[in-house]
Amino acid sequence: MSAILVEHLVKHFKQVRALDDISFSIREGELFGFIGPDGAGKTTLFRLLTTLLIPDGGKAFINGLDVVKEYRKIRQDIGYMPGKFSLYADLSVEENLNFYATVFGTTVAENYDLIRDIYSQIEPFKKRKAGKLSGGMKQKLALSCALIHKPSVLILDEPTTGVDAVSRLEFWEMLKRLKQSGITVVVATPYMDEASLCDRVALIQSGKIMTISPPSEVINTYPWRLFSVKSADIFSLLGDLKRYPQVHTVFAFGQSAHVSFKSEEVTEPLLHDYLIQHGHSEITISKADANIEDCFMELMIKP
Amino acid sequence: MYKEAAENIIIVRDLVKKFGSFIANDHLSFEVKRGEVFGFLGANGAGKTTAIKILCGLSYPTSGKLTIGGFDIYREREKIKKNIGYMSQRFSLYDDLTVFENIRFYAGIYGLRKKVIEERAAGLMEKLDMKDARDKLLRDIPLGWKQKLAFSVAIIHNPKIVFLDEPTGGVDPITRRQFWDMIFEASRNGITVFVTTHYMDEAEYCDRVSIMVDGKIAALDTPENLKSIYSAESMNEVFLKLARVKVA
Repeated sequence: MSAILVEHLVKHFKQVRALDDISFSIREGELFGFIGPDGAGKTTLFRLLTTLLIPDGGKAFINGLDVVKEYRKIRQDIGYMPGKFSLYADLSVEENLNFYATVFGTTVAENYDLIRDIYSQIEPFKKRKAGKLSGGMKQKLALSCALIHKPSVLILDEPTTGVDAVSRLEFWEMLKRLKQSGITVVVATPYMDEASLCDRVALIQSGKIMTISPPSEVINTYPWRLFSVKSADIFSLLGDLKRYPQVHTVFAFGQSAHVSFKSEEVTEPLLHDYLIQHGHSEITISKADANIEDCFMELMIKP
Repeated sequence: MYKEAAENIIIVRDLVKKFGSFIANDHLSFEVKRGEVFGFLGANGAGKTTAIKILCGLSYPTSGKLTIGGFDIYREREKIKKNIGYMSQRFSLYDDLTVFENIRFYAGIYGLRKKVIEERAAGLMEKLDMKDARDKLLRDIPLGWKQKLAFSVAIIHNPKIVFLDEPTGGVDPITRRQFWDMIFEASRNGITVFVTTHYMDEAEYCDRVSIMVDGKIAALDTPENLKSIYSAESMNEVFLKLARVKVA
């Protein structure tokens, strides 16, 4: 039995089709990522899975239980960390944790082992009001509260948005440890580089899933020839590359441009000459391996 | 991007901001050159937002000298506000006004006259390909469009400096890059861009980057130099090496 099974799920808000016939299944113990920008439908999907919204079409099951008919049972067995900080700002760290344990009919002591790694980092601040914690600490508290009743499925909606790169990395290390203890972890994120940390990813855009596979497979299915190009002036470089006759896409990646071609005819020397003719200097061109972001953008522009 | 020696448009000397005994900004000193794209990075809690609020004239320093666009922070605060633009991810435009109403409202606040507003609004909407969305409520247009519109509105009065606080959070990767095209263009037109971001690849687009750790500036240089100094292949690595000091 899948931990999560979704069949032809549809949800609209007035004229907006927030979820447009979504189907997928997630295995027990998987670390599964939904990668997509704001407005893709990730939050709507998660609210449906956590039984907070009712679908307009299709079905969804958590551990074999229907999200509409058996929502009470599901709520006892899932942990949810919503996009915005939603704990009680005027209660202390400790009070929040105790509150959630009680609401789920357990105690902090009973499942402390599960959250120890995470909670121990904020325990020194346990008397501080939750509203006064830094972004990274709020995350850790919210995660502890979502785990305190030992759920089998953990659903996290953009847990790292607005958080710095260091805290993001640490957070994902925590998620991997949770997965190793057998919890199914489902995460939504707009950060493409986090996709590579998942077992499988679903790329989602405008209410539709574009692809579901392990991150390495997503990368392997990039269809075109990709080069990474640098010159002394990135801004002009982007412009000139976009005007190259057979170019397919040009996107900036930091100080380099990723340029793709459908045709086999374009070679590095030809490209090099073209750039010299347009007054570029300090040119480097190399074959590039596509990353998740290249693939995502390619899928976005498909007609 | 090679820039000739340019005047300093922002000068900060020994900026200190305390909240009680907590020192949020601990003797910050730096300059930003006219037309530069200056990245202002730091971990959460490092003191970035505090510093930006002071630079925008929204908050008072505890001590230190600051000149923004040539104006003194203590004596010419209102002149500073007239000469800057500001955009943040958390708040930009009004959801319950239309695209045009938002443009008109902000242009008015920035002191532009009616005729100028009409011209610039038309030009802006043409450029962003939003003419058909003119009378749509802001809440009904995609996030990527909102971000691009908010940026254009933040510079509608041709300010000397525009402050961008995490402007591309959560936006799709194509729109992010279009947004940065707009930033490059503004910089080419002489507008100084002061930007904070958590996307480390965006840090690479900047002419220079400063990284705050625990209330101080831990590093300030071009991305190339920073990568060289810290033996890193990316700004992400530089950031991790510098900022991975605190855990919570």
